[in-house]
Amino acid sequence: MASLDDLKKRIASVKSTQKITKAMKMVAAAKLRKAQESAEKGRPYSEKMNNVILNLSSGISDKENAPKLLSGTGNDKVYLCVVMTSDRGLCGGFNSNIIKKAKSYFSKILSEGKELKIITVGSKGNDQLKRMYGDKIIENISFKESKNANYFDADKVGKIVIDKFENSEFDICTIFYNQFKNVITQIPQAQQIIPLNNEDAEENVSEESYEFEPDEDEILSNLLPKNISTQIFKAMLENSASEQGSRMSAMDNATRNAGEMVDKLTIQYNRSRQAAITKELIEIISGAESL
Amino acid sequence: MSEEFKIEIVNPEKSFLVKEDVSEVVVPAYEGEMGILKDHISIISFLKPGIIKILSKSGDENYYVEDGIVEFKNNNLSILTSSIFNITDMDKSQIQDLLKQVEQESSKEEISDQSKYLIDQKIEVLKTLN
Repeated sequence: MASLDDLKKRIASVKSTQKITKAMKMVAAAKLRKAQESAEKGRPYSEKMNNVILNLSSGISDKENAPKLLSGTGNDKVYLCVVMTSDRGLCGGFNSNIIKKAKSYFSKILSEGKELKIITVGSKGNDQLKRMYGDKIIENISFKESKNANYFDADKVGKIVIDKFENSEFDICTIFYNQFKNVITQIPQAQQIIPLNNEDAEENVSEESYEFEPDEDEILSNLLPKNISTQIFKAMLENSASEQGSRMSAMDNATRNAGEMVDKLTIQYNRSRQAAITKELIEIISGAESL
Repeated sequence: MSEEFKIEIVNPEKSFLVKEDVSEVVVPAYEGEMGILKDHISIISFLKPGIIKILSKSGDENYYVEDGIVEFKNNNLSILTSSIFNITDMDKSQIQDLLKQVEQESSKEEISDQSKYLIDQKIEVLKTLN
């Protein structure tokens, strides 16, 4: 049995861990509010952008000559996956959920004999993927310096993706991120961004005809690269809200567990203290009896 | 009958400006400045660097934009842009900074004609603001 001193030390150390997790929970809660707010504020932009593109693409009569970002290269040999994770740990299953989703997708692609390329955004994803898919990772981007998700960073990622597409380094691009549902639930998402997948949104297309200036093709070819950045930015915003939410609930759990552990250790401590006293008493009494 | 319509400017971070009582908006569209009044035909166009002028009852406003998309439909004007500044908020030093940045870009060698054109536009607009 551990000595009284050891138990005392353990209780103290669990208590200080509890203090840390509690503080982290508070910080995450404060950041969550901000991240959630900016995720909500960012929605109109990506929605409007989507609407405009839908209206445009439905107006295009000549599908053959549609921009490649919209219709794809016609092949599906090389897959590019952008896996977006956080730069910091201690956020529960946040990163592992994305990675799990991504890995199952990877093995599906590889079993079909397709080529796979990976871009990781955020260092945690890179850490977890480089063991199994190290040779597939072509780029690792991390925004440790930026405090909040901002459009400038998203644009950087978008430009890299588009550059690679224009050099025909891949045919299909999918991004992986966590969609924020609420504090407890985050849903890992795989979203195809190249070629643009808009089958599920067809019913929103308005019947109205637009006047275009310059013509549709030119607007589309200008708009689509922007849309890539916008989608990535949306993913980043969702991700940062999810990260904070996930961290908050993880730290809440950790705090509770630490509390339980302190209770258990305290009982153990008291019991062994009593046992020590009893033992001492017995020694004294039996010592007195023998006289 | 009122001659007013609604304008909404959004940037990636937030809804930048919403106004319901706009009488006329002049936007720097790709093929030249374009004035939009109520009941304009539905149109989609994109912006080149320039100044958006908003005329409304509650006062006129000017914004500097670098790029964006403009969509007009059912008397709703939406402008999507990633870089927009209210001109009254811009002071001389900020304009100078932007100008310096743009001039640096234009001195790079490997730029396409199109981006060269856009950069020249930026310089021109910024110089008039200065």
